[in-house]
Amino acid sequence: MSVTVKTVLRTEEKMMRDTYCRVLMELAETNENIVALDADLMSSSGMKPFMKAYPSRFVNCGVAEANMVGVAAGMSAMGFVPFAHTFGTFATRRVCDQIFMSAAYAKLNVRIVGTDPGVCAAYNGGTHMPLEDMAVLRAIPEMILVEPTDSVMLENLLPQIAAKRGVYYIRLNRKNAAGVYEPGSAFEIGKGVLLRDGGDVTLFASGIMTAEALEAAKLLSEQGVAARVVNLFTWKPADVELIVESAEKTGAVVTCENHNVVGGLGGAVAETLVKNCPVPVEMVGVQDLFGEVGPEDYLRGRFSLNAADIAAAALRAVKRKA
Amino acid sequence: MNNQNLPLRAAELRLETLRVFEARGFGHVGGAMSVVETLAVLYNGVMRVDPERPDWPERDRLVCSKGHAGPAVYAALAARGYFAKSLLKTLNRPGTTLPSHCDMNRTPGVDMTTGSLGQGVSTAVGLALGQKLRGFDARTYLIVGDGECDEGQVWEGLMLAAHKKLDNLIVFCDKNGQQLDGYVKDVLDTGDLAAKFASFGFFTQSVNGHDTAAIENAALAAVKEGAASHRPSMIVLNTKKGYGCTFAEDQEFNHHIAFTEEQMNGALAAARDKIAALAPAAGEVTA
Repeated sequence: MSVTVKTVLRTEEKMMRDTYCRVLMELAETNENIVALDADLMSSSGMKPFMKAYPSRFVNCGVAEANMVGVAAGMSAMGFVPFAHTFGTFATRRVCDQIFMSAAYAKLNVRIVGTDPGVCAAYNGGTHMPLEDMAVLRAIPEMILVEPTDSVMLENLLPQIAAKRGVYYIRLNRKNAAGVYEPGSAFEIGKGVLLRDGGDVTLFASGIMTAEALEAAKLLSEQGVAARVVNLFTWKPADVELIVESAEKTGAVVTCENHNVVGGLGGAVAETLVKNCPVPVEMVGVQDLFGEVGPEDYLRGRFSLNAADIAAAALRAVKRKA
Repeated sequence: MNNQNLPLRAAELRLETLRVFEARGFGHVGGAMSVVETLAVLYNGVMRVDPERPDWPERDRLVCSKGHAGPAVYAALAARGYFAKSLLKTLNRPGTTLPSHCDMNRTPGVDMTTGSLGQGVSTAVGLALGQKLRGFDARTYLIVGDGECDEGQVWEGLMLAAHKKLDNLIVFCDKNGQQLDGYVKDVLDTGDLAAKFASFGFFTQSVNGHDTAAIENAALAAVKEGAASHRPSMIVLNTKKGYGCTFAEDQEFNHHIAFTEEQMNGALAAARDKIAALAPAAGEVTA
């Protein structure tokens, strides 16, 4: 793992879905086992170029997500490496049992890609807002759950995801992400990334909350609090070593997720720490509420997902230190 | 010309299936008994498989989506030589390779893990699609139950199979008329299943599911008709749940049942009588 963090964060020029489709097509060129499936959301997932380039290796299953997951599992039993796409809501809670039995329990080789994580579902509203997708799948043994932070990370992770056998859920923001990493950065699934060091509190963040956590660290610095920032882009398997090391070093922790705090990143970190290094943990995320409709900025405010919310939580965590 | 040995093979398979349950004293007897003839036909000539190479990529595949019929599948696999018949007694024992529902990672010859109903239809469609994409001259055979057709996923999968013209997919619907809570017509009437399958674009045949010659003929017609019309095939098996098992047949609730030693001995004796009636006389040569 070799990572360079941008000094100034700017919104990336390319949408994540465009990077996703381009890289998958590049991989498909050399790996003829890669196939893609969609459930009538090809235009949203950005997979049209793949379908045009590899029509026989693209299966549009129609609005039938459960069937799509099973078909993907069946194709993987024939040696194919399927990537199945739909919104995060339908990719998880609607097909939980199909992912469980046909893919995971059967120990097949399947990648589920769920787009529009949490408040990124914005104008599609609460019905389409996956705030529980990671929690639903985290309880399934051997699942690998990743939330790529930006296009640089996505481009680096996809070849690894295509190469290594398993059942993956890729929580994909299809819009333009805040660019955190310099091109050429390399990542390892299951290993978090130390973005900034500090001795007073650790901010564990994922997805769109990563840039917010870096901003929060600056706010805290102005108040004399040194925050360590870690990008935990793999929710399962958790990077136990880095979580424990960070907690031991800083004595207080804040988790930052665009997800329900129940069963998500906060849950994964807390489960790790109660067993290994019990320290005060504050969880920034959606506080067990349903999603709502509106622009992403509004929703970040509505659910207290901004840098200022993280900074306030960090101060609470620091105050709770014995 | 039908395989003249099939009635005997089926009778032997029914006896072996009963013996799988014998040691446990309970099990999914009804739905295992109703697919015995179909399994005998599939594993005695119809399916292109090699017990010496259970992972042979170009083999035909079987997905028993009604995974609770596992005991009958195991008996068929043992008879075909995938593993020793002595293993059949280990059904559901701790650490067994023969769990109540089919598991592709535990049992040699089982091609797909099933048990949660409806899902085997989709995985079978994926297998058939994969066989075509690989360019293999191979087929996927799928067994679904009529009660299982309550699951919406069944119809999602069938729709895609017809849309993708999967003429290498041959489905058997075990229409035994019963499900866990009683008769299908009372629990959730599935109506005219054959008409529904036909309207979904399947080359559909209905046969007596306990007549091995009829099943074999239908399977051969499915292969031929599938190639001719680029349609997946459906063979509706008119069966009786618990067929040939004296204590389970004609019972309303025979999905998962317990039995006494005496009841099982009676069923085994009836199964052996059937074999004796079908077995060739000494000196007779069978094809």
